[in-house]
Amino acid sequence: MSMKSLVKPLSTGADWTLELLYAYDREISRIAHDFRLDTYPNQIEVINAEQMLDAYAAVGMPIGYHHWSFGKHFVGIEKNYKRGYMGLAYELVINSNPCISYLMEENTMAMQALVIAHACYGHNSFFKGNYLFKMWTAADAIIDYMVFAKNYIAECEERYGIDAVEALLDSCHVLMNYGVDRYKHPTALSLNAEKIRQQNREIYLQSQIDELWRKTVARTNPRAMSENIDHFPAEPQENILSFIEQNAPLLKPWQREIIHIVRNMSQYFYPQKQTKVMNEGWACFWHYTILHALYDEGLVTDEFMLEILQIHTNVILQPAYDSKEYTGINPYTLGYNMMQDIRRICENPSAEDLQWFPYLAHTDWYSSLDKAMRDFKDESFIAQYLSPKLIRELKFFQVIDDDQKEELIIGAIHDDMGYQIIRDSLARQYNLGHLEPDIQVCTVELDGDRTLVLHYTQHNRIPLSKHTRDILKHLHILWQFPIKLCVMDVHGSINMEYSFP
Amino acid sequence: MAQIIDRRQNDSKKNLVNRQRFLRRYRAHIKQAVSDSISKRGIAEIDTDEQINIPAKDTSEPHFQFDNGGFVERVFPGNNHFVTGDRIPRPDTSGSNGAAGSATNQSVVGEDDFVFTLSKEEFLELYFEDLELPDLIRKELALTMSYKIVRTGITTSGNPTNMNIVRSMRQAASRRIALGTGTKRKLHQAQLDYLMRVLLLCFAGLYSDIDQQGLLILTQRIAYLQKKRHALPFLDTLDLRYNNHLQVQTPTTTAVMFCIMDVSGSMDAAKKDIAKRFFILLYLFLTKNYTKIELVFIRHHTSAKEVTEDDFFYSRETGGTVVSSALELLYATIIARYPVGSWNIYVAQASDGDNWNADSPYCQELLHNKIMPLLQYFAYIEIMPRHHQSLWDVYQQVNQQHRNFAIQNIDNVNDIYSVFRELFKKKQTI
Repeated sequence: MSMKSLVKPLSTGADWTLELLYAYDREISRIAHDFRLDTYPNQIEVINAEQMLDAYAAVGMPIGYHHWSFGKHFVGIEKNYKRGYMGLAYELVINSNPCISYLMEENTMAMQALVIAHACYGHNSFFKGNYLFKMWTAADAIIDYMVFAKNYIAECEERYGIDAVEALLDSCHVLMNYGVDRYKHPTALSLNAEKIRQQNREIYLQSQIDELWRKTVARTNPRAMSENIDHFPAEPQENILSFIEQNAPLLKPWQREIIHIVRNMSQYFYPQKQTKVMNEGWACFWHYTILHALYDEGLVTDEFMLEILQIHTNVILQPAYDSKEYTGINPYTLGYNMMQDIRRICENPSAEDLQWFPYLAHTDWYSSLDKAMRDFKDESFIAQYLSPKLIRELKFFQVIDDDQKEELIIGAIHDDMGYQIIRDSLARQYNLGHLEPDIQVCTVELDGDRTLVLHYTQHNRIPLSKHTRDILKHLHILWQFPIKLCVMDVHGSINMEYSFP
Repeated sequence: MAQIIDRRQNDSKKNLVNRQRFLRRYRAHIKQAVSDSISKRGIAEIDTDEQINIPAKDTSEPHFQFDNGGFVERVFPGNNHFVTGDRIPRPDTSGSNGAAGSATNQSVVGEDDFVFTLSKEEFLELYFEDLELPDLIRKELALTMSYKIVRTGITTSGNPTNMNIVRSMRQAASRRIALGTGTKRKLHQAQLDYLMRVLLLCFAGLYSDIDQQGLLILTQRIAYLQKKRHALPFLDTLDLRYNNHLQVQTPTTTAVMFCIMDVSGSMDAAKKDIAKRFFILLYLFLTKNYTKIELVFIRHHTSAKEVTEDDFFYSRETGGTVVSSALELLYATIIARYPVGSWNIYVAQASDGDNWNADSPYCQELLHNKIMPLLQYFAYIEIMPRHHQSLWDVYQQVNQQHRNFAIQNIDNVNDIYSVFRELFKKKQTI
């Protein structure tokens, strides 16, 4: 208290000014570095609501090529926003170096400080530290690459017509989630070294080399192995877009380049999908910790802190499954609580924690948390760190929905028998492989009509949605020869076939 | 240390291109919705705002996804009464999977139709896109100018008949307030002072020369102020305001559209409805795209009559059919009021093709010899789902003889838009 009375708060009242933003950033930055947070340099941009709408519609990219789907997105968001169905986020942050964060001009000073702590130091350090981001994205090059992509596509539109480019992009977007090499070994990538050279066709050559390298790795698909050697491709290909880019017989070079651009976008967003819980949890943990440190130093007022706590509470609110507001597990809640829990286990473990997390108890909390942030993705993070205490607090329970049984069955609840089951089940829920059907390019009928045969390997008998044939239509636009999609059960026999045309 | 950039002044229309791309892509859908809506709308509300729905399946961007079914396990928060092994009835799977909300199982996210609203202008714009009156150019060179008087605000000088009383009185009132308030206040103060002194005198009984002097001064001051106040005129010449008018050059009408509708007994309610819709479209099209066009409405059964717009659309008079009566009236009107040298003349006729047989050849003769040479364009629509009658054959012959004669058949309400477009689509001028 004596110290508090000596220090003057940075500001009073809700209004902010650019000078105050600098002052807060200076203090927050100092505290973040005291905590050893390692970040990219920050570039903070103050924008208005309309610009935020723009940023939203561009899926958070500062520069994007033109496509009607972004327009549709924009019209939709604009309508919802104008009718008051939807508020805008306080912030938006882009994984780039320097790390770009957007602050909304309507925010109060407290909110701006929260956003600076959350985005500019929380998310930023996550982008820089997490292994998936390091592996898959090149923060240094992304903005330059976006500029290149935008110009290249604009040039194509001029040369080949908007319609041709649009149709191609449509088809690429449909397959966007299948434009990532999920299992490519991290050491094969040297994207950081590539930097600006990414803009050139070298990236294309580079990926060719990567492909070659990858093709030599043996896959554990016994069926594929048993077939004859003339089989093309020799191994099933999970990266459908990449396969098409390199092997579709009739594509022109510019079309291959555009497919490549979409693949790169997809790859850029790939880590974000897999670290939603961790990323938000980490950022929430740090805005909470940093702003409390500010408060302890007397740099912010009580009112400021009350506002922060109110926003914080709203952000990490988890409605129960039967509540009207329930829209799934809130990644902010789960992530934030897990991060706090790791700190608690390190500093103050209970007997239960000693049993479950011997490797955490009584260690330096920052190092343990830092390790968790760096070396995990949502799936493994939950499998490793979700504690029985948190399962009890959030009252998790598992429901088994088997279409061969008449009723749903409660598989586990938050009790001694259930902790492990729930932890595993929840971790699987965040496995991208479980969220997206496992579809791979299997064969091209080289002797026949060049039909592209894809295999969907069915887990747990889950069928494909009714849009499937529409997607084959898009595949056909790219491949330009017939497409066949076989639904395989676990025993390797064909259950069902989709084909186009 | 962060770099802070204030971007608020930057252009925020980054998505304009994307938005245009979106509208461009769905132009076909939007136009479809527009033309559908015309046949559904009541006659009176044909040009109001239109909400456009684009079916979700057309705007959706599909991805490989799971469907419901198979063996799925999910974790939910907030258990309030379940115990391991509990069985619960399966929620209605046709909806969003009940409590197992769609958000956790991202494979079943639904999407509503994409809805947005076109304004009346956008609506008509799209509706009449690429349409024009053919060969309008010919006489536009002969455009003559006329003068029209328009109001152009208020001035301080003018003719007494143009005096704007309300504005003048308002001006006077504000002047009186502005100039008189000070005097009024001073007057009140002086009167109050005077009263106080007199009261003091009465009660205290004090009386001296000085007091007397003071009272005298006050009395004079009160008199002066009262005079000054009365000198403020109620209405001053300064206050007067006049409406101002200017003569503006306007191009005179050089085009006229004759709308001829058959209202005979054989035209049943459905056919009349189609005819009216057709003419309403024509009317909207002309009034929207051509500000200087004149419209003449002619209805006919056995005899033809020139009527007002209201009568044309809403009158219910009916009878037998003699088409030539309308054509005669048309010819007479043109000769009397619209000299061919300075008018572009258009005719649109709607009928069910039912005519007194002996009359049809006369119609042909009238058209061929007298009327067609005068016209830019003659559009005939026949509202007849089945076999055509004598008039159709006769008009077909006219059609062959005159390039500027168009003939179209409408079967039902849904054809209106396409027929309308066919008749008025932009053509290559030769």
